[in-house]
Amino acid sequence: MYGKGLKPLSIATVAMLAVSLSLVFFYAPLDADQGFIQKIFYVHVPLAIVALVGFIIGGIFAIAHLRTNNRKWDAYSYVSIHISVIFGVAVLITGAIWAKASWGHWWVWDEPTLVSFLIVFLLYATYYPFRYAIEDRDRQARYASVFAVTAGAFVPLNFMAVRMAQSLVHPRTFATAEGGMPGEMMLAFLCMLVAIGLLWTTLVKFELTAKSASGQVKRLRRALDAPVAGGSSRIAPEVS
Amino acid sequence: MTPSRAAFAAILARDLRSELRTLQSLPAMALFSVTTFVIFRFGLDRTSLSGSLAAGVLWATLLFAAVLGINRLFVAEREEGGFDAIRLAPIDRSVLFGAKVAALVIYLAALELVAVPIFAVFFLDGAGGLGPLVAVLLLADLGLAATGTLISSMAVNSRARDLLVPLVLLPLVVPLMIAATGATEPLLALGGPSYHRFGTWLMVLGLYDLIFGLVGYAVFDFLLED
Repeated sequence: MYGKGLKPLSIATVAMLAVSLSLVFFYAPLDADQGFIQKIFYVHVPLAIVALVGFIIGGIFAIAHLRTNNRKWDAYSYVSIHISVIFGVAVLITGAIWAKASWGHWWVWDEPTLVSFLIVFLLYATYYPFRYAIEDRDRQARYASVFAVTAGAFVPLNFMAVRMAQSLVHPRTFATAEGGMPGEMMLAFLCMLVAIGLLWTTLVKFELTAKSASGQVKRLRRALDAPVAGGSSRIAPEVS
Repeated sequence: MTPSRAAFAAILARDLRSELRTLQSLPAMALFSVTTFVIFRFGLDRTSLSGSLAAGVLWATLLFAAVLGINRLFVAEREEGGFDAIRLAPIDRSVLFGAKVAALVIYLAALELVAVPIFAVFFLDGAGGLGPLVAVLLLADLGLAATGTLISSMAVNSRARDLLVPLVLLPLVVPLMIAATGATEPLLALGGPSYHRFGTWLMVLGLYDLIFGLVGYAVFDFLLED
């Protein structure tokens, strides 16, 4: 039931990614300072934005779960956070590559956005051990939602604190780069942002479909093994 | 006295009384922090500290000592059926959150009453910065207690109780530690305390307390449902 619309969405994602990547490589001008390596900006920054928005969306789904007590929202929240954590790994790796190429070090503590992102990533990485340490299914869903809400509130606060911890004289690399970005670069960047956002949505939908399908298979197999035992009430669709 | 306030006072009094009788957490926390100071003395190979190094040693030690107490905060409720009693009682469940935060703030203040003077004797040249440090300590304790209570109440109902509290709590209090060390650093600077950005950091601490106090208050109900 989650598979509906998955095919057109996947096609749209692939098309958008292809268009945006060709814009990045053939349309947007080379950066005067950094040259070709600056192209990683079009992957790194959209990935980071989408991952952070995904964490917040996971928190909103968690609020929906706590309010309605519908397990569907817990599955949505879990998958949103899951895909965002995977995007987070990509953000940290591309960030390290970019830092090495433009500043000469794999890791730069002076860049508050990167440091904030690492802290947020570390917090969300504890979502998995936290979730699986709780055995009771209902309690697991509820506690995971509480975690997602708390961590969602943490994201903006963390960004503020890390930015304030920098000395005020340090130049804001990204802010100046984005403020003075020429139109062609901006267009390529926005297209990439949309493409990565679509990719996130597709992956979330795909994961939900896979989870619901494997749950259905499990239930059918159970029904085959014991055809009369138990009521049919357990055949209700549930994703988790 | 309203029923909520009576329940709050009763839970807080019970907590403090049982801690006073059993002395399960506080002596361990104090002992741990003194030992950690000794380890830092040799790890850093310094006999006197100032500025950012002093702030870092003080806050890292206090944070890890706090984790010890936070781990044990709900153990009695879990083992002696206190959660069921709260669920049966005709009171607002958030009262338990408030009372536990208050109890934890008192434990942390008691810990700091011991650990900070010992820290000053061990490492500091003058005690000039300790007066204004009280404000930083109190605000940081509030935030640490709010997040600590929230995480502890969840971790106590899981398989990996002692593992989860440090694992989840440490990233969650990074902003708090940034602000606390930021405010402490100029206070312990070499050549007397200064107040560089002191008010700003206190405001960040207050904001953290407010946000996580409200979040904890809002979500705590769901943690007791069963």
